[in-house]
Amino acid sequence: MSGLKDTGHLFRFAGLFVVAFVVFLVVRGYVVPKTFGQYGHYRGAAIGEIAARPVKFAGRQTCETCHTDIADIKAKGAHAHVNCEACHGALAAHADDPMSVTPAKLDTAVLCARCHTASAAKPKNFPQVDPADHSGGAPCETCHNPHSPIIGSDSGASAAKGGAK
Amino acid sequence: MNISRRHLMILLPAAAVAWKHVLAGTPEDSPNYQMSEHWWGMLIDIPKCIGCGNCVRACQTENDVPDGFFRTWVEQYHRTGYHLESPEVISPDGGKEGFPVVREGAEGDYFFVPKMCNHCTDSPCTQVCPVGATFITPDGVVLIDPKYCLGCAYCVQACPYGCRYIHPEKKVADKCTLCYHRITKGLTTACCEACPTGARQLADLKNPNDPIHEFLKTHTVQVLKPQMATGAKAFYNGLDGSVR
Repeated sequence: MSGLKDTGHLFRFAGLFVVAFVVFLVVRGYVVPKTFGQYGHYRGAAIGEIAARPVKFAGRQTCETCHTDIADIKAKGAHAHVNCEACHGALAAHADDPMSVTPAKLDTAVLCARCHTASAAKPKNFPQVDPADHSGGAPCETCHNPHSPIIGSDSGASAAKGGAK
Repeated sequence: MNISRRHLMILLPAAAVAWKHVLAGTPEDSPNYQMSEHWWGMLIDIPKCIGCGNCVRACQTENDVPDGFFRTWVEQYHRTGYHLESPEVISPDGGKEGFPVVREGAEGDYFFVPKMCNHCTDSPCTQVCPVGATFITPDGVVLIDPKYCLGCAYCVQACPYGCRYIHPEKKVADKCTLCYHRITKGLTTACCEACPTGARQLADLKNPNDPIHEFLKTHTVQVLKPQMATGAKAFYNGLDGSVR
């Protein structure tokens, strides 16, 4: 008993520490999100929130579920590897509601030139033309079917009857 | 089997860590997606890039990237002779509207290099974040928690590839998410979807059937700044020595 003589002030002090620690734990329990530390030193729920953002490009498979006729033409042509939305733009809204959201008609004179305008910086094996020299300003689709651009390769399309080289 | 107390004290935390990886589960919105089954990266095939800027525009559309900021961008390199140290690099508006025409017969080599977040395995950006707002997910994508980010921009400085920016309106760090909202739904990224030549390909390194494995075996593939040991997962095919 003699060992604990005059030690009351130490216990009171220790008690203060315990109370402060409990208060800290309670506050921490409220302010730290539940999923913090679920996978690491971050808020696990953030992954789900980012994954839930809306999609704007529908993806080629979605397009081809309805547009099978175009998919067939394209599969045989030189643009078989080009995804639909590479030219037509983001159209998930159209895929969700095909009636009220309709894609704009594309201007081939602008669109084709974006890739096919000749430049020495482009890979040598990539087909390139000088648009002014090649067609004299006529839209590309006068001669080429954009879905199967090599002239004569798409027997079904009437556009491919021009004589451009 | 006898396990001493000492061994148990070692084994228990190890088991806890292992169990955590087993539980590394499912983002709410994608019930069929298991994070533990994927390890995402990107293959960038430089000889196929034509500098059209489709990827930059697609990224901006998909992710509402503000004008003048880029989650991905394209650089045109011009290298004369063998001066690897001083190539001329241009990227007008991130290459969004393409590049000026280079006349036939111009001196030197020209080529395009698409840039984006490398989704590093050991990323400097996640290591410097003071609040745990940026992190690598169990499936290998470096993400930012916009609700936790303070906008201190330590990570912007830390990224060796210059892939981060402070969003001008939200005032938080922002960058490529590897279209996490798309890849968890089985789609490819917006830039890969829009690339007309297949110069970009999303790669799942944990999927044994992914063509990336065959490609890595048969091509000379590099990452940017390998000396920084970031574990970058943007793999470049045909990378010139002058690219930084």
